[in-house]
Amino acid sequence: MRKAIAFALLTLCLCLPIAAAAQSPSQPPKPAQDGFVPIDQLAPKEELPAAPLVMAAYVIAWLIPFVYVWSIWRRLDKVEAEIADVTRRIAAGPRR
Amino acid sequence: MAKLFTPAVVLIAALFAIAPVLIVGAPYESTMGLVQKIFYFHFPSWMAMFAAVFVSGVASVVFLATGRKGADALAVASAELVVVFGLIGLLTGPLWGIKAWGVWWSWDPRGTSALVLWLVFQSYLLLRRFGGPGSERLAAAVALFGMCNVPFVYWSVNLWRTLHPKTTVVSSLPVSMGLPLWLSTFAFLGLLLLLLSLRTRLETSRTRLDALYLALED
Amino acid sequence: MGFVEASWLVTRKDLLIEFRSREIVYTTLFFAVSCLLVFAFGFVREGRAVEDAAAGILWVAIAFSGTLALGRAFERERQNETLRGLLMAPIARPALYVGKLTGIVLLLVAVELVMVPMAGVMFQARMLAHPVLLSALVLTGTIGFTAVGTLFAAMLVRTRSRDVLLPVLLYPVTVPVIIAGVRGTAALLAEEPNVAMARLWLSMLVTFDVFFITLALWTFEAVMTE
Repeated sequence: MRKAIAFALLTLCLCLPIAAAAQSPSQPPKPAQDGFVPIDQLAPKEELPAAPLVMAAYVIAWLIPFVYVWSIWRRLDKVEAEIADVTRRIAAGPRR
Repeated sequence: MAKLFTPAVVLIAALFAIAPVLIVGAPYESTMGLVQKIFYFHFPSWMAMFAAVFVSGVASVVFLATGRKGADALAVASAELVVVFGLIGLLTGPLWGIKAWGVWWSWDPRGTSALVLWLVFQSYLLLRRFGGPGSERLAAAVALFGMCNVPFVYWSVNLWRTLHPKTTVVSSLPVSMGLPLWLSTFAFLGLLLLLLSLRTRLETSRTRLDALYLALED
Repeated sequence: MGFVEASWLVTRKDLLIEFRSREIVYTTLFFAVSCLLVFAFGFVREGRAVEDAAAGILWVAIAFSGTLALGRAFERERQNETLRGLLMAPIARPALYVGKLTGIVLLLVAVELVMVPMAGVMFQARMLAHPVLLSALVLTGTIGFTAVGTLFAAMLVRTRSRDVLLPVLLYPVTVPVIIAGVRGTAALLAEEPNVAMARLWLSMLVTFDVFFITLALWTFEAVMTE
């Protein structure tokens, strides 16, 4: 039950960023600072398109935790099935 | 503790849902433009990885000193998470780097130190998998050495190379960039805790199973 | 029995056995020389070595031959079940660690006494420019590498897949030693030797050695309880 809730919620929060990304960002320019600085004007044509790189990075950052959670789920299911099986065999009593 | 699980999942899911909205709303960085937005996932995954390194190292010390199985379960769980979060960081870094600096891998101090640390904990997992019985204590020693090595690795790699933004960047971020960053960081740290509890549960279940098999023998 | 006395007994035992057969010294030395040769094919162009190649190749050869020597030294203990005997002996476990560490360091130093001049000759590097500093770098680096290696090799003696697991575990953890050794040596062998830089790397190596020997002393006790 808990697992179902967790999975549903994680899947739900995957839909929201897709919706958010569909909106276009608009921010007023900020004053310059050390290190990261907000852009003053929109940059002209770039050599490498940044969008596919950003999307690839986000896909990776989502995919890897999902795959890991799935692998834990699978292993946990296997172990719990085995525990149930062994407990049953112990309860069945010694037959030597 | 188990009762906190569902609310924790809800909270972390909410953080992960809000973060992209804030990230999309954050202003573009002047020199790097859109690709800098990778930072909002790249930095938090490194934070999560380092947190996992210290959890694993400390749990290993406790295990070596006291022999408690719970400590060992936590150590192996966080070692796996070092590898998982480290992988996210190692893959998103080059995607940012190729655009921002023109190279996939630039041997900069932080990235290289992180790679070395990732390798240490990957070797921890290899030892546990292929070392046969009794490798838990040995692996704990590896985790301890890995954790204590962090300053040395960084010191040596830093002295060897100087590209990564200076450490002062994060503290001087404007609020519009700081907020999504710290939110993402909390989301990732929360995810780390969730995954830790799940993975530790798997480990303790395995221990219970082993005990049951032994009881079956009798 | 005192700590130093016990360590010395362990070292003396190892050295005596080695002196009789000279197996590890000869095989490690030959391996190191072959290593240098193989790398020469990669890094020597038209009779001249690529810049900084000598330092890098020397330290890679030290790391590889060190791993081999560590593996062999403990394989010998495993084959004759002598490690169990040592563990049962009424000496402090840390003394056992220090004794084995000293023995293997001495063995590697013997190999390096041949390797370093040979690397100098093969790669046209001025090894004699700053002999004391160079020796200090090589010695502290070897101690650092062996300190971690002795602990890991002792740990792995009864483990499956120990042959491949030793380098797998050892190399990531000893990265700072390799970096410091290579860069320090390269600073000394450069066109204009940078002695200050070499001294800086040396201080890093000394810190590493002190810290990790101390850590290994504590961990050895915890890990070798069977």
